[in-house]
Amino acid sequence: MELLDGLIKALQLIFSGNPKLVEMTLRSLFVSGSATVIATLWGIPIAMGLGLRNFHGRTLMKTIFTTLIGMPTVALGFFLFLIFSRENGPLGFLGLLYTPTAIIIGEAILVTPIVVSLATTAIEAVDPEIMSLARTLGASDAQAAFAVLKEASNGIFLAGVASFNRAIGELGVAMFVGGFIAGSTELLTTGIKVELDKNNIDVAIGLALILLALVFGITLAINVIQRRRK
Amino acid sequence: MSIIAELREVTKSFANQIALNNVNLQVREGEILGLLGPNGSGKTTLLKILAFIEKPTKGEVNFGGRQVKDSNAGQMRMESTLVFQKTVLFSTTVHNNVVYGLKIRGKPKKEVEELVRKTLKMVQLEGFEKRHAKRLSGGEQQRVALARALALNTRLLLLDEPTANLDPKNVSIVEEAIAAANQELKTTIVMATHNMFQAKKLPHRIALMENGKIGEIGTPTEVLGKLSKTLASFAAVDNIFTGTAKTTEDGTTHVEIGSSVKLEMTGQYNGDVSVFISPEDIILSKSRFASSARNAFKGKIIEISDSGSLVRLRVDVGKLVTVQITKRSFNEMELGLNAEVFLAFKASSVQIV
Repeated sequence: MELLDGLIKALQLIFSGNPKLVEMTLRSLFVSGSATVIATLWGIPIAMGLGLRNFHGRTLMKTIFTTLIGMPTVALGFFLFLIFSRENGPLGFLGLLYTPTAIIIGEAILVTPIVVSLATTAIEAVDPEIMSLARTLGASDAQAAFAVLKEASNGIFLAGVASFNRAIGELGVAMFVGGFIAGSTELLTTGIKVELDKNNIDVAIGLALILLALVFGITLAINVIQRRRK
Repeated sequence: MSIIAELREVTKSFANQIALNNVNLQVREGEILGLLGPNGSGKTTLLKILAFIEKPTKGEVNFGGRQVKDSNAGQMRMESTLVFQKTVLFSTTVHNNVVYGLKIRGKPKKEVEELVRKTLKMVQLEGFEKRHAKRLSGGEQQRVALARALALNTRLLLLDEPTANLDPKNVSIVEEAIAAANQELKTTIVMATHNMFQAKKLPHRIALMENGKIGEIGTPTEVLGKLSKTLASFAAVDNIFTGTAKTTEDGTTHVEIGSSVKLEMTGQYNGDVSVFISPEDIILSKSRFASSARNAFKGKIIEISDSGSLVRLRVDVGKLVTVQITKRSFNEMELGLNAEVFLAFKASSVQIV
């Protein structure tokens, strides 16, 4: 019955607009959204290179990115902790450890392989003559590349959604480099862990429900947008 | 007639394969130049070089009196566009497909809409603007691709097998649009084809291509009048018959082509031969008539294909013979399938291949 009680209390917390829950939700959205945007910004050009050009080592690079999709978040978080460590980490001088920025960087690294792999597959699926078509219609090389991206937009949207969902749901990076500093680095995932440790089952359930609703809601919204575009 | 584009000793190789081998070609302003050749003869590569989306390995390309270089190829591409053999469309509406190149050229919206309307009318796709291009039939898709190129009104329009795999109705629409672009918009056109019937109809000149080289170049009558073995080996050539030749006392030759069909031709030949009769050299009538033609046959129409202003008929005279007549004659004679007709052609119309 503890679970049922917890669920009822969690729903009460959510619908009462508990300020702490709202703050953690907004921060999670911001951190994971920023990480996804950063990963997309550097991942799409890599995907364009892998999807449109033939060069030695291309297959190896694609395999590495695909393998890294399954990168354990705890391992990545731990390595980033060592790098950002203020005492002897090589980037400790930046003072990023236990800040939202550190979590954003970590999650961006975590989801980059997803962006690169899915976007590369989407770009490869585009008719190879689209680039030539755009050029013969007068497009510059940049405009022609953009035409390919547009044709691959469904796959790129999917890459974005999958990356965001992975980022918002991960715990390892957020725990290691963000910690759980009230008003600064508290996120939904770390919140679940910490509240559970404190035996606040209702709050943990509330946070978990919000997390699931966010993932579902955003995926649904993207699907609806894609459907309308067709 | 001035020269709009010129290839000088152009060679293009891919890995170890030579697609074009030391090609020299001049495209005259205002003409329709047909490239006739088998698959793999280099037609598509030549068109891509003229569209400036492929660079020659060796040689020089000139366009509008200027040599094409990396620095000006982008600018040149604004004046030359290619319609691919395999239809390539953007995954969007017909309208958005047609406006793509116009938007790149920064044309005002009003002018863009007028050009879209005008070119869709040329390919008989009025009212298709909002339809998704990729959900149209194959023929309609090819017409969208043609409209998209026509809308740009470039000086040079390049067409790679524009009617390949299209049904006769779509072929007719596409051919009419090509002719209109040349006559009304004064667009210079280079089109690749392996359809000899089409090569005879649209182009002012024909270049025969084989193994990356241009063999012959001239008017359709000059090039196709004397049917070479090379041409017969790849072109969609009708009325080629094989048989046994035997000279006659009159100094002509009789060729037995099977099914009791005997042709009479000028010249003296003996033994196994292949002969060709041009479909437009054959006179067709509904009743038997006296003439000087040495070859006369009675037969039945078994196939009719409409191709714009011309109609092609397949007539069974024991062997299948293709005849080409104007649509007007076809209508006036009230011909139909299974109609009994008479064919006649001169001995001099029978050529040895």
